[in-house]
Amino acid sequence: MSEAVKDAPPKSTIDYEAFEKTPRFRELKRTRNSFVVPLAIFFLVWYFAYVLAAAYLPEFMATPVVGRINLGLLLGLGQFVTTFAITMSYVTFANRKIDPRTEELRLELERMEQR
Amino acid sequence: MNALHSLATLVKPVENNPVLNISIFLAFVAITLVIVIRSGRNNKSAADYYTGGRSFTGPQNGFAIAGDYLSAASFLGIVGAIAISGYDGFMYSIGFLVAWLVALLLVAELMRNTGKFTMADVLSFRLKQGPVRVAAATTTLAVCFFYLLAQMAGAGGLVSLLLGINDKLGQSIVVTVVGALMIVYVLVGGMKGTTWVQIVKAFLLILGALAMSIWVLALNGFNLSALLDSAVAVSTSVPADAILAPGLKYGSNPLDFISLALALVLGTAGLPHVLMRFYTVPTAKEARRSVVWAIWLIGAFYIFTLVLGFGAASLVGADTVLAAPGGVNSAAPLLALALGGPLLLGFISAIAFATILAVVAGITITAATSFAHDIYGSVIKKGKGNPDDEVKVARRTVIVIGVLAIAGGIGVQGQNIAFLVALAFAVAASANLPTILYSLFWRGFTTRGAVWSMYGGLASAILLIVFSPVFSGTETSMFGADVNFAFFPLSNPGIISIPLGFLLGWLGSVTSTVKESPKLAAEMSVRSLTGHGAEKAVEH
Repeated sequence: MSEAVKDAPPKSTIDYEAFEKTPRFRELKRTRNSFVVPLAIFFLVWYFAYVLAAAYLPEFMATPVVGRINLGLLLGLGQFVTTFAITMSYVTFANRKIDPRTEELRLELERMEQR
Repeated sequence: MNALHSLATLVKPVENNPVLNISIFLAFVAITLVIVIRSGRNNKSAADYYTGGRSFTGPQNGFAIAGDYLSAASFLGIVGAIAISGYDGFMYSIGFLVAWLVALLLVAELMRNTGKFTMADVLSFRLKQGPVRVAAATTTLAVCFFYLLAQMAGAGGLVSLLLGINDKLGQSIVVTVVGALMIVYVLVGGMKGTTWVQIVKAFLLILGALAMSIWVLALNGFNLSALLDSAVAVSTSVPADAILAPGLKYGSNPLDFISLALALVLGTAGLPHVLMRFYTVPTAKEARRSVVWAIWLIGAFYIFTLVLGFGAASLVGADTVLAAPGGVNSAAPLLALALGGPLLLGFISAIAFATILAVVAGITITAATSFAHDIYGSVIKKGKGNPDDEVKVARRTVIVIGVLAIAGGIGVQGQNIAFLVALAFAVAASANLPTILYSLFWRGFTTRGAVWSMYGGLASAILLIVFSPVFSGTETSMFGADVNFAFFPLSNPGIISIPLGFLLGWLGSVTSTVKESPKLAAEMSVRSLTGHGAEKAVEH
C-alpha cells in the first residue's frame, strides 16, 4: 500500500482564507460546534460535580438506596451511563449532520485543486 | 464462600505452578510473534512502519485502542485499588472512561484530519516548525517514559507473585526479558505488528475479565448488593462498610482526590500513544468509529473491575492481598487463584503479562516515531532527509528506549502501578492537552504560547512530583520516610500543573510579538473539519 498523503502538503492553489468564509463551510463549523461544545461542557460539569460530591460529601454518597448499593455507587455507574449515551448521540449526529457536509466540501476542494 | 476464602489464604501464592504459568505465557508469546513476523513482512514505507499503512478498520482499531489503554494499571492496579480502598479505587475507572469523551468530541477526528504520524504534526501545522516540534517530542518522550515505568513496575510485581521470585536479581532478569521481547516485537512488526498484538491482547483481557466477573457474581447469586455485602463482611476497615463509600483513601486529603480526578479526565486526550492510534485508520470517520468501539470495550471492562475489585476483597481479603508478594497489584491474580485454582491463575497472569508486553510495545513505537519523525526528520534533517533513514533512526531509538525502560523498570519495583500511570496522565494533561486544544480551537494561539505551555506544563508537573510525598517524607515514598523534601502536599500535581499549562499557553500567545500566518490557520481549519488532503480522493 502506498501512501496517499504526501509529506509536506503540496503547494496548494486553493485560497483557504476565502474558502473558510464560504457560507457552507461556516455552516459546517457552526453545526459541529453548537452540538459538541454544550455536550463537552455538560459532561465536564457532571463529572466534576460527582468528583466534588465524592471528595466533600462522603456521608451523602454513603446514603443506602437498595441493600448495600448506595447513592455513590449509583452516581458512579451513572457516569458510565452518560458516557455511553453521549457517545451514541454524538455518533448519530456526526453520521447524519457532519459526514454528508464534509464529503460535499471535500469534493469541492478536490475540484478546485484540479483546476 | 467462607470455604473459598480460607482456601485462598491456605494456598500460598508461591505454591502455584510456575511451570504452568510460564508455558501459558510462552504460548502467547509464540502466537503473537508469528503474527508480528507475518505482518512485519509488508513494512516498506515510513507510513507502513509508523501507522500500519493506515489499513486498519474502525472496529479493529477500537480493539487496538482498548489494548493500548487497558494497561497493567487498569487490570492489576484498579482491581487492587478497589480491593484495598473500596470505592476510592473505583474513581480510577470512572475518570479513565469519562476521559474518552474529550478524545471523541474534541480531538480524535480533527487530529486525524490534520496530522500524519505524530502529535507534533498537528501542533506545528500553523506554528513555527522547529521549536514546536522539539517541545512536542520532548513532552511525548516524557509521558512515554512515565508510562513505561508504570508498566515495568507491574511486570516485576507480577513475576514475584507468579514465579515465586522475590529477590531483586530474579525480578530484574524478568524485567530484562520483558524489555527484550518488546524490542523484538516493535523492531520486527512495526506499527502493524504492534497493533495486531494489541487486538489479540484486548480480546483476551476483556474476555478473561468478563469470565471472572460472571464467576464472582454467580457466587453471589448475581446480586451486586450480595457481593458488596460479602466484601463488607470480611472488611477490616472501621467501620466495615467504609469500603462502599468514598473517603477511605482520600478522605483526609480531598484536594488530592480532585487533583487525581482532573489528571485522569484530561490526560487521555494528551497521551501520545493514544493520539497516534488515530493515524492507523484511513479516514476521520474510521477514527470516530474506532473511538466509539474503544469506549464500549473500555467501559465494559471498567464495570468488570468493580466486580473483580470487590470480589477480591471478599474472596481473598484486603490483608491477604497486601501481604502477598506484589502487594496491591496482586489482587486480580489472587482472585483468579481463589476462583479457578492454578490453571485460571496461570491464564489470567499470562494475560496480564501480555498486557504489559503489548502496552510497552505500543508506547515504545510512539516514542520512537516521535523522535525519528519530529526531531531527526523534521528538525535535524529539516524535512529533507530520506524517509528510509527516518525509519532506521526509529528502529535504533526503539533499542535505546527499550534499554532505558529496562533500567527504569528495575528501579521502580514495588510502586503502585495505577498510581504511577496517573502521574503519566498528569504530565500528559499539563504538557500536551492545552496546546492540542488551543491549536485546534483558538485562532490567536502562537508559537510562544505553545512552547511556554508545553515546557511549563511539563516542568511544573515533574517538579511538583519530585517535591511531593511520592518522592520523600512517607513510608511509601521512593526515598522512604527518613528523607523529606516534600513541601508539596498532594501526590498528584494535576490541580496546579494543568491550569498552569493552560494559563501559560494563553499568556505566551497574548504577549507574543510575532504574528502567525493567517493563511496556514485558515488551511488548518478547513483541513481539520473537512479532511481535505488527509483522505484519499473520493472516487467519481
